Amino acid sequence: MQSTKRLIGFMAPYVVWALAAPALMALEVAMDLAQPRLLQKIVDVGIANQDVPLVLNTLAWMIGVAVVGAIGGIGCTVYATRAAQSFGTDVRAGLFRKVQQLSFADLARLETGRLVTRLTNDVDQVQEAAAMFLRILVRAPLLVVGSLIMAIITSPRLSLLIFGLSPLLITTFAVVMGRAQKLFVVVQDRLDRVNMTMLENLAGVRVIKAFVRSVHEVARFARVNEDYMRETVRASVLIATLMPIMMLLINLGTAGVLWWGGVLVRAGTVEVGQILAFINYLGQMLMSLMMVGMLMMRISRADASAGRILEVLETEPSVQDAPDAHELADAEGSIRFEDVTFSYDGDGGEPVLRGVSFEIKAGEAVAVIGATGAGKSTLVHLIPRFYDVTEGRVLLDGHDVRTLRQDDLRRLTATVLQDTVLFTGTIRDNIRYARPEADDERVEAASRVAQAHGFIDSLPQGYDTLVGQRGVNLSGGQKQRLAIARALICEPPILIMDDCTSAVDATTEAAIVEALSNWPGAHTRIVITHRVGSILGADRIIVLDHGTVAADGTHAELMASSEVYREIVASQLGIQEEAHV
Amino acid sequence: MSEQRQRTVAERMGPFGHRRHGPGMGIAADVQRAEDIPGVLRRIVRYLGHYRRTLVGVTLVVVLTSGLGLLTPYLTGLAIDKGIIAGNLSYLLRVVLLMIGAYVLADLGQWLQAVLMIHVAQGSLRDIRRDLFGRLQMLSLRFFDRHPHGEVMSRLTNDTETISSTLGDTVTRLIGSAISITGSLVAMLLLSWQLSLVVLVTLPLTFVITRFVAGKARRFYRDRQRDLGELNGIIEETVSGQRAVKVCRREATAIEEFDRANVALRGSGTAAGIYGGMMGPSMGLMRNLTFALLAGVGGWMVLQDWITIGVVAAFINYARNFSRPLNEIAMLYASVQSAIAGAERVFAIMDETPEIVDAPDAVPLTDVRGHVVFEDVNFGYDPDEPVLRDVSFEAAPGQTIALVGPTGAGKTTIINLLTRFYDIDSGRITVDGHDMRQLRTDDLRSALGIVLQDTFLFAGSVRDNIRYGRLDATDEEIEEAARLANAHAFITRLPESYETALSEAGGQLSEGQRQLMAIARAILADPAILILDEATSSVDSRTEAHIQEAMRRIMEGRTSFVIAHRLSTIRRADLILVIEHGQIVERGTHDELLDARGAYYTLYTTQSGGEVAA
Repeated sequence: MQSTKRLIGFMAPYVVWALAAPALMALEVAMDLAQPRLLQKIVDVGIANQDVPLVLNTLAWMIGVAVVGAIGGIGCTVYATRAAQSFGTDVRAGLFRKVQQLSFADLARLETGRLVTRLTNDVDQVQEAAAMFLRILVRAPLLVVGSLIMAIITSPRLSLLIFGLSPLLITTFAVVMGRAQKLFVVVQDRLDRVNMTMLENLAGVRVIKAFVRSVHEVARFARVNEDYMRETVRASVLIATLMPIMMLLINLGTAGVLWWGGVLVRAGTVEVGQILAFINYLGQMLMSLMMVGMLMMRISRADASAGRILEVLETEPSVQDAPDAHELADAEGSIRFEDVTFSYDGDGGEPVLRGVSFEIKAGEAVAVIGATGAGKSTLVHLIPRFYDVTEGRVLLDGHDVRTLRQDDLRRLTATVLQDTVLFTGTIRDNIRYARPEADDERVEAASRVAQAHGFIDSLPQGYDTLVGQRGVNLSGGQKQRLAIARALICEPPILIMDDCTSAVDATTEAAIVEALSNWPGAHTRIVITHRVGSILGADRIIVLDHGTVAADGTHAELMASSEVYREIVASQLGIQEEAHV
Repeated sequence: MSEQRQRTVAERMGPFGHRRHGPGMGIAADVQRAEDIPGVLRRIVRYLGHYRRTLVGVTLVVVLTSGLGLLTPYLTGLAIDKGIIAGNLSYLLRVVLLMIGAYVLADLGQWLQAVLMIHVAQGSLRDIRRDLFGRLQMLSLRFFDRHPHGEVMSRLTNDTETISSTLGDTVTRLIGSAISITGSLVAMLLLSWQLSLVVLVTLPLTFVITRFVAGKARRFYRDRQRDLGELNGIIEETVSGQRAVKVCRREATAIEEFDRANVALRGSGTAAGIYGGMMGPSMGLMRNLTFALLAGVGGWMVLQDWITIGVVAAFINYARNFSRPLNEIAMLYASVQSAIAGAERVFAIMDETPEIVDAPDAVPLTDVRGHVVFEDVNFGYDPDEPVLRDVSFEAAPGQTIALVGPTGAGKTTIINLLTRFYDIDSGRITVDGHDMRQLRTDDLRSALGIVLQDTFLFAGSVRDNIRYGRLDATDEEIEEAARLANAHAFITRLPESYETALSEAGGQLSEGQRQLMAIARAILADPAILILDEATSSVDSRTEAHIQEAMRRIMEGRTSFVIAHRLSTIRRADLILVIEHGQIVERGTHDELLDARGAYYTLYTTQSGGEVAA
C-alpha cells in the first residue's frame, strides 16, 4: 500500500468529495443496519402484543429507511466517482507533463513502450481502485463493525458466539490472501512471458518464416502458455477455496445461533425476533467480508500500478534548465567542444567520448564519420542537450549550452534523428510539426530541399496525403526525407543530421546535400554519414574512433595524413578488395 | 495485462483498443456486439467440449448445492417454529444438526464446482491461445502488414481474458440460478401464496429500475470509450515519438492536446461511473423494500394467524435466493455479450486463411542446386498498385546477382517473392526448374539463407540466437559460424561471451553487430541460395569491411542475391540488375554497364563521388 499512499496528494483538491462519499455511505450502512432491528420490533413487540398498527407503522418506517439508504448510496456513488475521476485525470496529466520533461537518457531508461502502459493501464487501475475504495471498501468495514455492534446490542449473550468465530474468520482470511498475493505475482510474470513470446513472433515473423521455425516457435509458445495456465489455476483455486471456508464458518455460526438461541428462549432471556435479527446481522457480516476479500486483490494490483506511476513521477529529469538560464534569440552558429567526456552511466560509467575537443565555425559544413559505436550520435546529441556532458563543456556561440534555455537551444539547432517518427495526420502537418503556423510555400520549399517534393507531388492527394500509424505507407527513404523537411521548416542556423539518410539512395542524398548548401537557413551543418558522396560535400571531416577524435581536416588533408580515413574511403570505393584480389 | 480481467463490459478495450479505429471515430461501444452470436457460441462450446466429463460433473455438483441451498431456509423456519417457539429443544437440536450437515455439503459442493470450473475455463483458454498462435504461424506476411502488432496482441490478451472471465462461470451460474429461482419460487408458493405475491409485486419494479439505469450507463460508457480511445491514441503517439516531440519542441502543444482529451474523458468517465455505480444502490433499495414488505406484511399475516413466524424467516431467505440470481443474470447478459464479441475477434484471426498454402500435390525439394528463374513476374502488395512489372532474369547455380536501384524501386520486393513471403500475381518463378508454387514452402525456405534488412534477435543468449539458423548445431559449430562471420571477436568481448543474454530485439548490440550475428545464423543454416537484403546499408565502413569479408566467404559456391547500396559489393557480381520503378532497366556485368553509360553509370558516379572513382 506504500505507493498508493504517496499518490494520495493528488486527491487533495477533491477532499470534500472524497469525504462526502464515505459519509453518505455511512448513512446507507446505518440504514441497512436498522432493517433487522425493525424486523425484530415487528416480531417481538408487534406480533407478541397482537399490535397491528405497530406492525404497519414499522413497515412504513422500514420503507422510509430503505429509501433514505438508497439516497445515501447513490450520493456516495456520485461523489466517489467524481473524486476518483478527477484524481485519475490529474495523475494522468501529471505523468504526461513529467514525460514531456524527460531527457533522452530518462526516456531510454524508462522505455517509451512502458511509459505508454503507465499512462493508460496503470492510471486506469489506480483510478478504479480509488473509486472502489471510496465506495465499497468504506462500506464493507462499516458494515462489519456495524453488524457486530448491532449484534451485541441485539443480544449480548448470543454475540459471544461471534467472538468465538471472529478469530477463525480473520486468520483464514489473512492466511489465504497473503498466499494469493504471492501467487498472483507469479501469474503476472508468466503472463508477461506469454506476451513477450507473442510479441517476438510478431516482430520476428520474417526471420521465423525464413528459417522455417514455426514448429519450434509453437513448441516454445506451448511451454509458456502451459506455465501461465498452471499458475493461474493455482492462484484461482486458492481464491476459490476462501469463499466456501468463510461461508461454512458463518453458516455454522447461524446454526449455532439457532441452537443456543433456542436454549435461551426457553430460559426466557432471549426472544424469537432477536434471533431473526441476529441471523441477519451475521449474514451481512459474511457478505461484507467476502467483498473486502475480492477488493483486496484489486487494490494490491493497483498498488503495483501506483508504484510504476510513482517511478516516473519521481524521476528528476536529467537535463533541466539552469535557474539562471539566459535567453538566446539568434545564433551565429559556431560550436566548440572543450575536452568533453561523456558516459551514459554518469561519472563511474564507461566513457563513450573521451577528451573530445574541436571547433566548428559558423557557416561550416562538417561531416562526422567513424565506426559503429565510435560515439558519433552521442557527440551530436550533446549540442542540443539531449544529454549533458559528464566532463568538459559544449559551447554554442561561446555560451555553455547548460546556461541556455533548452527551448532556445532546440529552436536554434534542428536535429534529424536516426529513426524517423511520423505522426498521424497529413504530410503537410508532419512537415510543419515543429512550426504549425508555416504556410504552404514554406512547407514546399523545405520539401524541395529535402528532395521530398517530387514524391509528395506524385501522390494522389499530394501534401494532404494521410500518413498512417508510424507512417507505414511510406518507404524508409521517403520517411527520412520528410523528417529532413520537418527539421528545415524552422530554418535553424544549425542543422544536425544524425545518419538520417541511410535509406535514401546515393543520387538523392547528393541532391539533398547540394540543395542544402543553397538553403538560407542551416548554414552550420553537422552530418553523420557513411557515404563518401556526403563526406566530400563537407568543408571539414571529423573522424571519431573509440570516443576520441582520430582526425580532423579537409578531405585532401586527411587523405594525406590519416590512415583511418584512407581506410574508410577505400572501403567505400571498393579499392580495398581490388588490393586483395 | 491481466489487470483487464475484472473489468466491466465497456472497459474491455484495453490499451490497444483504439488502434482498430482511429481517434474520434466513436464506434468503440458498438464493436462489443457480436455479429453471428450462435456461430460464435457453437465454437466456444466446441472448446468447452474437450472438458465434457468435467462439465457433467460440475452440473451434478451445481444441482446438488443449489438444492441444498433451498433446503436450509426451510430448516431455519422449522427450527424457529417447531423448535424455539415450541420450546422443543431435542427437535431443535435435530434440525440444527441437519442444517450443519446441509451447510457442509453445500459449501463443499461450491468449492468443488469452483475448482472444476477453473480447470475448464483456464484449459479452454489455453487451447484458444494455442490455436490462435498456431494460426498466426501459418498466416502469410500480408496479414501482418495489414494488422498492427498491438491489435494482434490485444486479441491474444484482452480478448481471451474477456472470454475467460465470463464464459468460465456463466454456465454454472446459469444452471445454479435457474435452480435457485424455480426452487425458491416453488418453496415460497408452497409456504404461502399470499406472501409470494408480495415478492412478485416488487419484481417488475426491479426490472424497470435496472433497465433504466443500465440503458443510461450504456450510453455514457459508449461516450467514455470513445474519449478513452482518443486519449490513448494521443498518449501512444506522443510518448512513442517522444524524442521527435522534443526535437521539434512540441511539448507545450502536446500537453494542450492531451489536456483537451483528458478533460473530455473526465466528463464522460464521471457520467459513466455514476450511472454504472448506481446499479448497486438501486438493487440495494429493491432488496430492502422486499425485506420491509415481507416483514411488515408477513407480520400482519402472522397476526391474522395465516402463517407462522418461522415461515416469515424462511421467506426472507427464499426471497433473497430468488432475486439475487435474477440480478446476476441481468449482469451476466452484458458480460456474456462482450465475451462473445471478444471471442468473435479471436475467431476472426483463426478464420484468416493463409494466403500461401502448399499445393496438395506439392513436390519435395532436395539437393538444391540453386538455379533460379523469374519469368515475366508481375506483383503488387495492393492489387491496384503494381510494384514489379514483367521482371525476368535467370541465376545459374553459384552465381551472384546484384540488385541495384533507387529506394522503392522494388528490390526488396523481389527478395520477398523469392522467399515466397508473397505470391506473385502473374508469371512464374522457378527453382531448379520447379515452379515455386508447386514446391513445399518449408523446403523452399530451408534452401534459402537470408540476411534481412532489419536483423531480428530474440530474447535469449547470443548462442541461442545464432543457433536459430540450425537448431541441432553444436556449440563448436556455432562458434565456427561466428568466426566465419567475423562475429566471434565482438561476441567474446561481451560480458558473458556467447552466454550474454540479449534483451528484447537485441537492443544492446549495434546494428552492425546484429548484422554479423545474422550472417553467422545464415552460415550455420548452410543454404544453397543466399539472400542479402541491404545488409550493409547502415553499417560504418570498418564494420562493413568485416561484413564484406564474411559475405565473400559464405557466397562462395552458392547462388546469391544481394541488395546493397555499396557498389563495391556489387562489382563482383556475375549479373547486375538495375531496377527502377519495378522494372529491370539494365542488366549486365559491372564493366558492361559502365560502358553502356546508362542508369548504372549515373548511380556509380554519384556514389563514388565522381572524380575519385575515375
